[in-house]
Amino acid sequence: MFWHQESETLARPALEALQLERLRETVRRLEGVPFYRRKFLESGLKPEEIKSAADVRRLPFTTAADLRENYPDGLLAVSREEVLRLHTSSGTTGKPKALFFSRRDVDNAAELIARALCMTGVTRRDVFQNMMSYGLFTGGLVMHYGAEKVGCMVIPAGPGTSERQLLLMQDFRTTVIHILPSYALYFADFLEKKGVDPRKSLALRKAFVGAEPHTEETRRNIEAALGIDVYNSYGLTEMNGPGVAFECEGKCGMHLWEDNFVLEIINPATGEPVEDGKTGELVLTSINRQAMPLLRYRTRDLTSIIPGPCACGRTHRRIHRITGRSDDMLIVRGVNIFPQQIERVLMAMPQIGRNYVIQLEGLDDMTVKVELSPAGFDGEVGHLTELQNQVAEKLRAEIWIRPKVELVASGSLPVAEGKAKRVIDKRSL
Amino acid sequence: MNTVKLVAVFAENRPGQAARVTGILARANINIRCITVASSGTFGVMKLLVNNPEAAGQALQHEGFAATLMDVIAVEMPDKPGALHSVADCLAAHDINLSNTSGFVANNRAILVIEVQDPAQAGDVLKEHGFHILTQEEALTV
Repeated sequence: MFWHQESETLARPALEALQLERLRETVRRLEGVPFYRRKFLESGLKPEEIKSAADVRRLPFTTAADLRENYPDGLLAVSREEVLRLHTSSGTTGKPKALFFSRRDVDNAAELIARALCMTGVTRRDVFQNMMSYGLFTGGLVMHYGAEKVGCMVIPAGPGTSERQLLLMQDFRTTVIHILPSYALYFADFLEKKGVDPRKSLALRKAFVGAEPHTEETRRNIEAALGIDVYNSYGLTEMNGPGVAFECEGKCGMHLWEDNFVLEIINPATGEPVEDGKTGELVLTSINRQAMPLLRYRTRDLTSIIPGPCACGRTHRRIHRITGRSDDMLIVRGVNIFPQQIERVLMAMPQIGRNYVIQLEGLDDMTVKVELSPAGFDGEVGHLTELQNQVAEKLRAEIWIRPKVELVASGSLPVAEGKAKRVIDKRSL
Repeated sequence: MNTVKLVAVFAENRPGQAARVTGILARANINIRCITVASSGTFGVMKLLVNNPEAAGQALQHEGFAATLMDVIAVEMPDKPGALHSVADCLAAHDINLSNTSGFVANNRAILVIEVQDPAQAGDVLKEHGFHILTQEEALTV
């Protein structure tokens, strides 16, 4: 199903022509922003020199630090009266990043969400329970407006307690949810403990998960536990929030709306482009925003372009699920390691649980703590040491380092709530 | 063949873990006859001979512990020098490997609790050699 078939299936040459037109318009708009005007002067680049969408590479990068330095409104590209809404991205350190929306930006963000929901078969007959946090976080309101645009009945549940979520689902026959993947796993556990079989007592059909990187195994686990289809989604506050890239029914990579964003994948160390299919840092230029467009924003998210067209007919290229953040990357004994690699290994082993902690100590000692799942215990100490070795060996095959593996009791590691904190780095390097 | 059920529970090797396990069992009104702890680095397995293994296992699982029941054999032997040797010798002669072994003496009766790959076979062998193999009830009432 298409929300706007013409835009979604625009032939590549026409799509690239549209990108060029919008990119030029955006650069012209940004000449009014002191931060960018200074950057253009420094590089000697004139907007009219942009001859193709690929010339985006001649433009300067924008980083999270730039957003913080220009907080609160240094990057605003319209007058204050034209601003309709503000969202911020929580800064773990220091100031947050602020993003402004004009009326057209609010509407356009909803439009992109509507495309995304529609492409998985969501219709106005659906009941959409938004279990993401409302408020400054975009996952609540931006998604809400998109689901309303489709015509769904939207329940702005927010994250709330599982008891209340379940009550809403039962009483209003919720069919679609928007939820953090870690919370979806937790919620599935909750239903199991309550003895609620979602296949029998709930009307759920689909879940959109996002805001946290997660693995294919996590998706399958949620699908199996809740008996629904789970679609991955990608977005970031700096680019409207959710709705940048979503999966179609093929569940094979996320279509990134290229009529709204110019997409690049670069080597985070050198800034040079990497070829299709190779993993690098996603860099996005918002070319259809009024209030606060950003040029070549360094997302820090690692992904790759999936080469080739998609069976669904959409011409907007697909990106692979996010495999990590360039700033999540651990360097241990000179090897680059992403926590998601470790997660992938652990999720494939039924004898151990879902939660894990990576601990780095001393010079470069790596310990992975995993929970023994009660089903994996037969009373034999020998089998447990064997299991530890097995986990260590599988991890070595994935990350090229053999960590120390420590089995801990089920439920003793912190449960992933919100953005999971998995790495404890106490190295004395 | 008479076998005896032990409760095995996984616990991290740090202070307070044994207290948590025994606290749960005390609240469930479980009496412990015999306990062993085998630790391996950061974790250990506690094995307990108790009056109600099913209830003990459930109480521990309910509190989030990984717990399971295991079949072992409890053999009675004379409380005198060389008695343990005669049991070990008998098993060795039949190529039976002892994994975990513990014992206790109560009312002048010495009871050896042994874990083997095949409890039924080991029990038969010992019985043939005149050893008394205890039932669960006997093991709890000696």
